[in-house]
Amino acid sequence: MKLRHMIWKELWQRPTPMLTSLLAVTLGVTALVAIQNITVFSERKIAGDMESLGANVLVLPPSVTLQDYYGADMHGHTMPEEYVTRLALARLPGVENLAPKLCVEAEVDTIPVTLTGILPRSEFQAKAAWQGLGMLGNAVGSDRGCCATAADIGEGDNDPNSLATTRTIAELGDRDVILGCDLASQLGAKTGDTLPLLGEDFTVLTVLPSTGTIDDGRMFAHLHSVQDLSDAGPVVNVIEIMACCEDAAGGLITNLSAELPETRIVTIAQVVQTQIAVNGLMSRLSWVFLSILLLVGGASIASVMYANVTERRKEIGTLMAIGASRNFVTQMFLGKAAVLGLAGGAAGFVVGTIVAAVLGPQLLGIHVRPMPMLLGVGMGTATIVAVAASLLPARRAAGLDPCLVFNDA
Amino acid sequence: MYQLNSVTQTYERRGQIVTALDNSDLTIPDNDFIAIVGPSGSGKTTLLSVLGGMLAPSTGDVMLDGESLYDLSVEERTALRGRKIGFVFQSFNLISWLTARENVQIPLMLSGKTAKQQEERAMEMLDRVGLSDRTDHRPSEMSQGQQQRVALARTLANDPQIILADEPTGNLDSETRQQVMSYLNEFHQDGRTIVMVTHDADTAAFAHRTIRLVAGVTHEVAMAEAA
Ligand SMILES: Nc1ncnc2c1ncn2[C@@H]1O[C@H](COP(=O)(O)OP(=O)(O)OP(=O)(O)O)[C@@H](O)[C@H]1O
Ligand SMILES: [Mg+2]
Repeated sequence: MKLRHMIWKELWQRPTPMLTSLLAVTLGVTALVAIQNITVFSERKIAGDMESLGANVLVLPPSVTLQDYYGADMHGHTMPEEYVTRLALARLPGVENLAPKLCVEAEVDTIPVTLTGILPRSEFQAKAAWQGLGMLGNAVGSDRGCCATAADIGEGDNDPNSLATTRTIAELGDRDVILGCDLASQLGAKTGDTLPLLGEDFTVLTVLPSTGTIDDGRMFAHLHSVQDLSDAGPVVNVIEIMACCEDAAGGLITNLSAELPETRIVTIAQVVQTQIAVNGLMSRLSWVFLSILLLVGGASIASVMYANVTERRKEIGTLMAIGASRNFVTQMFLGKAAVLGLAGGAAGFVVGTIVAAVLGPQLLGIHVRPMPMLLGVGMGTATIVAVAASLLPARRAAGLDPCLVFNDA
Repeated sequence: MYQLNSVTQTYERRGQIVTALDNSDLTIPDNDFIAIVGPSGSGKTTLLSVLGGMLAPSTGDVMLDGESLYDLSVEERTALRGRKIGFVFQSFNLISWLTARENVQIPLMLSGKTAKQQEERAMEMLDRVGLSDRTDHRPSEMSQGQQQRVALARTLANDPQIILADEPTGNLDSETRQQVMSYLNEFHQDGRTIVMVTHDADTAAFAHRTIRLVAGVTHEVAMAEAA
């Protein structure tokens, strides 16, 4: 038998008050782990977005405020499609590609779907040819060599799946439709199937690979088909501009504003900035939660420990009478506190990770994985709090007078 | 061997001074068997606490084997107690959440024995008090007499030279009292010094010498009178 056996046995004698007192500490660690976990993975996703979307710019109707990049076309406000032509003809330096979008609500066999009209690159090339501008390496924009970090638009690549990664597509027929993966499984549709949509039959050109964004739940068809069939007229909700990074950072925004004064121009960096700010706030909040709950938890552990010492006075006196040093008694209580702290921290980590795994996809559309580092942080802080809260009770225990063993109550 | 030189113990509570031991001189030679008797509140438990190194007297000194007990530090006294002195209590003071064997193991653990040594010695001691079939029982699963025997096994674990007992038979019926006393008698015959506080004349009769405490003053009682 060793000290730790004694601590363990005593703990399981009546575990309820101790474990209850640990609840606040566990909750604090839970909040910390959940929020940190979501924040970290959300930041990683933003970094990934930044990388894959490059220096994208959104042209929006003026009254629109924007929260989510991927939902940029879901606001219902429109502007004339003619803007796209204007931008294409302006040949602004840094503009690599244009992607106008129009979103309408539709139904497939009574299942409501979000149908997004997109313009394939072939349309721009046709447009450019009509305007006598010649066929450029880039469908639109500058013929000056662009930076290496430009968004890769997969020129000449006719894979419809490029929509998922580069957000543009080379060719798209009048009655073709592209499905996000979640929607495809919801509709039970696969490549080659025919879907009734807005009174016409569409053929599924492809099902996009999962992107982890709301694009997974959408379907895409030719912009002009969507405009015609939904009676929307020649309008769009948003024009995405794949821009060359350096130019986007420089004069591009000014040039765009000059070209389209009646629109709102937003860079991806601005959108992401809001998300980063929210994340920063969440992260700081998680530390505030942790501190408050740790204070409450510490206080409750201290009070339960004091009660435990009082209740075990005779036992402690007996141990001292038969040779237990003050040090031993101190260790007995601090060891118990450490066990509780480690357990509370580990439980908080598990619960927090589960919370993050459940809430992450729902709130922010991100998938989280357990972060072992947070296990260390959680168990460390919980243990420090539990032990610190038990210092005074342990001191009181060690200071008990062994003579009390003779006082038979 | 104990040597108490004009030991006085006073308590002060609510401005009132209580003299629990009044200028006591007492010599307890090795292998003595003493019964301490006296009315309630006369200082019997106080004397036992002083002998056990748990209560520093207000004045006077206590020598144990030529060493001044209260000139040692608290930690040294605790270690010495673990080594030389065993206690028997009126209400046994077993740890309720440990088994009989684990209770006997505690003093062995405290004196740094290995798990194997602890277990072997504990089994040996429980066997000696006739409880080898109750080693895995909790105190609550045993009779009063069995509990006191477990306590005796625990007292004996580190082979102490002195046993201090406060009313060891106070909670027992006459039959188990007899049994416990015969064990204490055995321990005395092994060569140990036994100092026992008791109210009970039959129990006191096992001792070889009786000290009567009256208002903190010790009186040697002749054998005939005690019996
Ligand atoms: N911790 C204490 N504080 C104050 N007074 C005390 C304390 N312990 C004992 N006393 C007093 O000292 C005197 C002797 O007490 P002690 O416990 O030694 O008596 P006792 O002979 O063991 O009595 P009993 O037979 O009832 O156990 C009593 O008057 C008691 O009230
Ligand atoms: Mg007493």
